[in-house]
Amino acid sequence: MSFLKKSPWVLHYDGSSCNGCDIEVLACLTPVYDIERFGIVNTGNPKHADVLLITGSINEQNIDVVKNLYSQMPDPKVVAAIGICAATGGIFRECYNVKGGVDTVIPVDIYIPGCAARPESIIDGVVAALGVLEKKAEALHAMKASA
Amino acid sequence: MVVAWVVIAPLLGGLLAGFDRILTARMQSRMGPPILQPFYDVLKLFSKRGVAVNNFQNFYMLCFLSFVIVTGILFFSGGDLLLTIFALAVAGVFFVLGAYSANSPYSNIGAERELIQMMSYEPMLILAAMGMFMVTKSFHVRDIMAHTTPLVYYLPGVFLGFLFILTIKLRKSPFDLSTSHHGHQELVKGITTEFSGSTLAVIEIAHWYENILLLGFVYLFFAFNPVIAILAVAATYILEVLIDNTYARLTWHFTVKSSWIVAGVLGVTNLIVLAFVVK
Amino acid sequence: MNIILFLLLFPAAVSLLFAILPPNSIRNTIVRLSCLLIAAGSIYAAIAFSGQGTFFFKAEFPHLDMLFFAADMILSIFLLYKCFGIKAKESYIPILILIQAGIMAYCELSGKVPEVAYPFYIDNFSIIMALIIGIIGSLICWYAVSYMKDYHHHHPEMKDRQRSFFFILFFFLSAMFGVVFSNNLMWLYFFWEVTTLSSFILIGYPKTEEAKRNAYRALGLNLTGGLGFALGLLYLVKFCPEHTVALARVIEMGPAVMLIPVVLISFAGIAKSAQMPFSSWLLGAMVAPTPVSALLHSSTMVKAGIFIIIKFAPVFQGTWAGYCIAMVGGITFLMTSIIAVTQSNAKRVLAYSTIANLGLIVACAGIGTYETVWAALMLTIFHAVSKGLLFLGVGSIEHKIGSRDIEDMDGLIVNRPGLAMVMLIGILGMFLAPFGMLISKWACLESFVTSSVSGMPTGVLIAVLLAFGSAPTLFFWTKWMGKIVAIPAVNAKGEGKVSTDEWIALGVLSVLTVATAGLFPLISAVSVEPYIVSVYHHTVTLTQGNIIIMAIMLSLLVLLPLAFLVYPKKPILVQRYLAGANTGTTNTYLGALGRNQEATMRNYYLSSLFKESSLTTTSVCATLAVLVAMFAVVKL
Repeated sequence: MSFLKKSPWVLHYDGSSCNGCDIEVLACLTPVYDIERFGIVNTGNPKHADVLLITGSINEQNIDVVKNLYSQMPDPKVVAAIGICAATGGIFRECYNVKGGVDTVIPVDIYIPGCAARPESIIDGVVAALGVLEKKAEALHAMKASA
Repeated sequence: MVVAWVVIAPLLGGLLAGFDRILTARMQSRMGPPILQPFYDVLKLFSKRGVAVNNFQNFYMLCFLSFVIVTGILFFSGGDLLLTIFALAVAGVFFVLGAYSANSPYSNIGAERELIQMMSYEPMLILAAMGMFMVTKSFHVRDIMAHTTPLVYYLPGVFLGFLFILTIKLRKSPFDLSTSHHGHQELVKGITTEFSGSTLAVIEIAHWYENILLLGFVYLFFAFNPVIAILAVAATYILEVLIDNTYARLTWHFTVKSSWIVAGVLGVTNLIVLAFVVK
Repeated sequence: MNIILFLLLFPAAVSLLFAILPPNSIRNTIVRLSCLLIAAGSIYAAIAFSGQGTFFFKAEFPHLDMLFFAADMILSIFLLYKCFGIKAKESYIPILILIQAGIMAYCELSGKVPEVAYPFYIDNFSIIMALIIGIIGSLICWYAVSYMKDYHHHHPEMKDRQRSFFFILFFFLSAMFGVVFSNNLMWLYFFWEVTTLSSFILIGYPKTEEAKRNAYRALGLNLTGGLGFALGLLYLVKFCPEHTVALARVIEMGPAVMLIPVVLISFAGIAKSAQMPFSSWLLGAMVAPTPVSALLHSSTMVKAGIFIIIKFAPVFQGTWAGYCIAMVGGITFLMTSIIAVTQSNAKRVLAYSTIANLGLIVACAGIGTYETVWAALMLTIFHAVSKGLLFLGVGSIEHKIGSRDIEDMDGLIVNRPGLAMVMLIGILGMFLAPFGMLISKWACLESFVTSSVSGMPTGVLIAVLLAFGSAPTLFFWTKWMGKIVAIPAVNAKGEGKVSTDEWIALGVLSVLTVATAGLFPLISAVSVEPYIVSVYHHTVTLTQGNIIIMAIMLSLLVLLPLAFLVYPKKPILVQRYLAGANTGTTNTYLGALGRNQEATMRNYYLSSLFKESSLTTTSVCATLAVLVAMFAVVKL
């Protein structure tokens, strides 16, 4: 059984968010929702993380940053786009500097809609992301075994 | 005994880490993870395909683990206490060198701070060993264990000083300068920033070994009665978790100054008085 | 006897040759050959006389006393001549020379100087010192052949005076052999002053203003010590109830009779080994070319200072005066270890570390029990090997990267892997288990804690100084290692090769460092313990268990890297974490205002916490106070 599901470490990145979704992510760590119960730890370090939680849309400034952080995460990894801005660009989609949602630069596995996305949705989404993570882990394992 | 150390210590250490997280969570009015969480963490890390910034950094961490295990073997087989302290220093040096070889700003500052931490607690550690020698006339752990009078009775100052530096050694606030286990990210992950996957798991396991070793050291102060000793060890660890959750991280200036002053005042005074008592 | 004569005279004879020959390949070959012969000579002496107690020898030639006295006077006149370049504040130097010459003349001309029937001797301690001088000293001279060529290549403005350089270098070796083989203290004094002279001339070699001032400082402080030596001899000749100038006899007579002259002569030892308050001359001496720093100021000449103090250790045992000497050593050890943390100049770090280790040895000798003397001897051996290696390594590095600042040494493990390995071996040898320095430190602690004077548990204070002093050593050595092992993003192999001469010296010393660590029980059993037994009639037992632990750790240190070579599991390489703003593969990132910034990393020097000047002042005052106390309590 994969331990990824039991100990998913999270990297939280704010793309160009208004911080609304970020505060909701933070709320998940507080005593009311307490996602550490599930072994989730907010590491600030891509090299330690399994799940990338991105809020906010992608603009010209953070294209390279997001790609860089994603590349530094070890496999298997998943990306969860939190909030409508991360999914599609949200209400800022038409802005001159906004490129769009996160999937314009890196592959996204889970979209968590909302403006701001509520802690319950975020937790729901992360749990779904863990399912995707497990599948990726199995694929990776199979690939390593056959190599 | 050696096999027991090599096999059981990491299990105990992991449970201890889990207990730490649960206690911290309860102090913060949270539920906290299950007690086996650290094991899940480590096993997950082993299943990741690790990344690194150069080809050599992971090797240092293997050396770190090897030497921590050797140190434990030394200590738990009743060997020389001073040699144990020095062997632990060797392990620490490898840990620091690994971070240095990564050559990144965060790991570099983490390494410097780790060295400053080591410099801070080293005098008190040696003074503690000296104190135990002065009472039991031997540096060997087996003789100290066999001693019938409570060491802490002769070494109150030394014990208090040792508790002070234990906070540094266990990487608890206010002295968790070089890396933060709890995810408060002053230096991202400081000394462990550029490590991932199985190497990170190795570092974690090495820290478990270290913690058990340190608690073993605390045990020595109460070795005359195993029950009291175990209770004392438990109380000490709970106290350390309490201190961790009560204090904010302080500066390295304060760390060096305070630990040396504490070692000087509490440790040295105790030893001087003791020298006249056990003459 | 012949081998002693050979070791005393051959280097001096060969030095005269070097004073004449120009620096060409013929001279270089003769230098190398001489090095081999001197090394072979010391090894022969070691094998012939090892483990068999002390051998005394008669002098074959008549009128040697007269000869040494004449040489002494010539030396003083020469030094006075050299004083023509002094400034006002250095005017104490000619005064000291005159006083010393006067004392020696008075002693000699009063006709009261006793004959020493057996003026030469060899025992295990002399053998250890002779091996250090013969093997390590020779390696350094060998190294100097190509180093000096490079040196003048880098400093075209400096006049090439290699003839006098090599002349003094080998003459000095003779003098050092004289120090360790002389049983006649008057002759020892002459050899001692020759080492002072050598140091003075070699420090002044660059002929810059800075070099000249530092040379005079070295001369002045060493002469201050020499004054103590002369006064000690005066006491022995005129006032001592036991009328002798034989070293063995002085030690035999013990503290009841001989404490005063022993303390006076040890004062000279303290000055020569650059203990506080005399340490400034050693730091200033770092301006000299690296072989000078390696030979005189770490491996050999300063060892003459501790040699005499260790020799007198049995006289110091259990006395307050000895305790004061130990205090001076202990305070020096603590303070210089702390100050070394604040230094970024590699040679200054090595200098401070040398003074610190010598301080530890002096502390051991001052306590004077059989355990501490054992530790002192082991420390001497390991320090001579490792420090020599480190100095030579720094010399080669300096010539290749153009700087002796540690901050410029990052990436060395990729640019110059060989030199990096050499430095790592040297640094590990200096402070880490299972290397010898660590073993000795551990032995020191146990013996300090148990020692006492007049029933007072005085050793505890010295042990406390050791406990506090060893912490900073960990810091400054490891951060230096960190600089060396830092792997830069761009792999640029350094240009230019390190010469064969330098590699031979570096290679042999590296092997010696590792070998002495591995073979320390053997070294202890064959060389050190017999000396301890002969002096204290008590053996030092190394517990079997600890030897096994050391062996395990050493084998781990050697085998682990091999394991790495066999299973090189290459990880996936990604960039360093710079908050995702990396630009390019090095440590550059996109900073504020859209600029490409480089993240530079420097070591911590803790200068806000530890100020070199105030620490130096404090320790100078403290040690001066202890020295004054020492002279006051000599009678106790």
